[in-house]
Amino acid sequence: MTTTPASVTADQIFILLRDWLAGFLPAGLRTAADVVLGVIAIVAVFPALFALTTVFERKGLGRMQNRLGPNRVGPYGLFQPIADGIKALIKEDVVPLRADTVVHFLAPLTLVVAVFMEFAVLPMGRNMALVDMDAGLLFFFAMSASTELSVFMAGWSSRNKYSLLGAMRAIAQMISYEVVLVLSSISVVMIAGSLKLTKIVAEQNQYSGQFPHWYVFTPWGVAAALMYAIAATAETNRSPFDLPEGESELVAGYHTEYSGFKFALFFLGEYLAMFAISGLGVTLFLGGWSAPLQSLNVIPSWVWFFAKVMLCIFVFIWVRGTVPRLRQDQLMNFAWKFVLPFTLLDLVVTALWRFMGQGWLRWIVCTLILAAAYVLMGRFGLREERMGRRSYRYAE
Amino acid sequence: MSPVFYILAAITLAGGLAAVVLKRLVHCALAVTAAFAGLALLYLQLDAQFVAFAQILVYIGAVAILIVFAILLTRGSDLPKEGVFSRTWFVGLVIAAAVFAVLAWTVVQSLRGVPQQTAVPAVAVRDIGNMLVGRYVLPLEIVALLLTAATIGAVIAAMHQKEGRQ
Amino acid sequence: MNGFASPLAGYLLVAALLFAIGLAGALTRRNAILVLIGIELMLNAANLNLIAFWRFGPHPEALTGMMFAIFSIAVAAAEAAVGLGLVISIYRHTHTAELDKINRLKG
Repeated sequence: MTTTPASVTADQIFILLRDWLAGFLPAGLRTAADVVLGVIAIVAVFPALFALTTVFERKGLGRMQNRLGPNRVGPYGLFQPIADGIKALIKEDVVPLRADTVVHFLAPLTLVVAVFMEFAVLPMGRNMALVDMDAGLLFFFAMSASTELSVFMAGWSSRNKYSLLGAMRAIAQMISYEVVLVLSSISVVMIAGSLKLTKIVAEQNQYSGQFPHWYVFTPWGVAAALMYAIAATAETNRSPFDLPEGESELVAGYHTEYSGFKFALFFLGEYLAMFAISGLGVTLFLGGWSAPLQSLNVIPSWVWFFAKVMLCIFVFIWVRGTVPRLRQDQLMNFAWKFVLPFTLLDLVVTALWRFMGQGWLRWIVCTLILAAAYVLMGRFGLREERMGRRSYRYAE
Repeated sequence: MSPVFYILAAITLAGGLAAVVLKRLVHCALAVTAAFAGLALLYLQLDAQFVAFAQILVYIGAVAILIVFAILLTRGSDLPKEGVFSRTWFVGLVIAAAVFAVLAWTVVQSLRGVPQQTAVPAVAVRDIGNMLVGRYVLPLEIVALLLTAATIGAVIAAMHQKEGRQ
Repeated sequence: MNGFASPLAGYLLVAALLFAIGLAGALTRRNAILVLIGIELMLNAANLNLIAFWRFGPHPEALTGMMFAIFSIAVAAAEAAVGLGLVISIYRHTHTAELDKINRLKG
C-alpha cells in the first residue's frame, strides 16, 4: 500500500468527523452518539441522492426518447425535485371515503421505515457500515421481505380494484423473484464463507497485480450477478417488470389512491429500495468499496461505493428506456422456468468452483457448464413462451 | 427484567390478542404480523440474531403474505353475518384459560429451580452453519425433503386448478 | 420467591400467555384461516420457549434449543402453505371458509 496519510484522511473523513462530533459529548454517551450520527447521515444522504436521481432519470429518459426532459427550474432543471417536493407537500391529502384509514395511513410509513433499515448493514466505505452484523445479509433480506406487506396494506386499504390488483401483482412478483435474489446471493456466501457484508467486501478487496478479486470476474459470479440484476429489477418493480404499476392497465397500481405527501413517501420508498438493492449488489459482486485497479486506491473508498451504486442506477434507467414491459404470464414463466433453475445450477457450479482447486481447469469447466445451460435453457425452457414475430395487420 | 422486555412482550401479546378478537380477517392478519415482529425482537433480546432474522424473513415475508392471499381468495375480507365467534366459544375460552392456568402454575412453581442471569453465549452464524451440516445434517435433509414435498404439492394443486378451468 | 426477577420466568410466562391466546383463537373462531393463525401463534409461543431455554440453559454452546427453533420455523412455513392450500381447496368445494357450515359429514 502506497497510500499517503492525506488519502487515508480523505478515506476516513466521515469516521473522523463523527468521532470529532461525538468527542464533545461525555464518554458514556459516545456509542449512542455514534449510532445517532450514522442514522442521521443515512437519512440525509439517501433522500438527497433520491432527489438527484429523479432529475437524472428524467433527463436520461428524455435523452433516450429524443426530448429535453425537465429544464425550467434552476440551471438545466436541477432544482426540479425541490419544486416537486413543495408540490407534494402542499397538495391535498385525499383519502377515499370507504378506505380503511388506519391501514391506509400506516402503509407508506412502514414501507419507508423498512427500506431505511436496509441501509444499516451496507458497508459504504472502509469502516463505514452502521451496524456490522454477523448475519448482515440475512438482516437485509428480512427487511426487504417485510416491505411486501406494506404493499399489500396500501392496495387493500384503498378499496379500489386497481389498487388491489396492483398490490397482488406486486406481491406475486416480489415473492417469485425474492427466491432468486436470495439464491443468487447464496453463491457469494458459499465462497466468502460469511453472511457478514464487511467480510464479503474484505474477501474481494485483494489484488493480483493491478486486478481486483471481485466475484463478478468469475464464471459463477457473472451468472449470479446477472440473475441478481434481473431479480433486483423485478423486486423494485422497475421496467420491464413494472406490471404492478402498469399505467396503461392499472392507473398506478397499489398507490393509485395515494396523493400528496403519502404518494411522495411511496415514491421515496421505491427509489430507496433501488439504492439499497444496488448497494447490496455492489457489495456482493462488484467489490463493494474497493477500487477497480489497485493504483486507484488513492481515491476514497466511499467515492467508489457511491460511483458503483450510481452506475447501477444508470443501468436501471437505461433498461427502462430500452425494454418494453412484459406480460404477467411471461414474467412468471421467466421467473420459474428460466431464472430460478439457472440460479440453482449456478449454486452447483459455485460448489464445483470451490472444490476444484486453484488451477485453470475450473475456469473452463465452470464456464462451459454455465454457457451450455444458458443456451439450452433459453432455447428449450422458454420455447412455449417464445414470442412469434410481431405482425402488423395493416401491413399485410 | 429490563423495560425493553416489557414493551416487547406487550407488543407481542397485544398483537396476538388483536389477531384473535378483531372482526375483519385482514386486520387479524396484520395484527398477527405485529405479534411476529414482536417475537423477532424478543429473540434479539435473547441474543439469537440468526433466529430473529429468520423469523422476520419466514413469518412476515412468507407466512403473513400467504395468509392475506388465502383471505382474499376465500373472500374472507367481507364481514360474516352471523358473527365471528363459533357457538361453542365459551367452552373454547374455558379450555384456553385452563391451559394457561396450568402452564403459568408450572412456571411459577418451578421458579426456584430456574437459573438467574447468565453470560451472553457467543454464537456466530458460522457455528450454526457448522451444526446444521454436522450434527444436525439428518434433520436438515428431512426438512429439505419436506419442503420439496410441499413445493411439489403446491405445483400439483396449481395444475389441477388450471385443468378445472379449461 | 425471588423468581420474578429471573428473566427466564418472564419469557416463559409470555410464551404461556401467547400459547393460550392462540389456543383460544383456534377454538373460538369460525373462520378456518383464523384457526390457522391461532395455530401459528401457538407454534411461535413454543419457539419462544425453545429460544429462552437455549439462552438461559446450562449449555448454550451446544445450540440445541436454537436448532430446534430453526427447524420449527422451517416446518411451520411448510405447515402454513399446506394448511392454507387446504383451506382454499375446501373453499372451492363448499364456497365457504366458515367451519360451522362445513358439516356435510354430520349425521
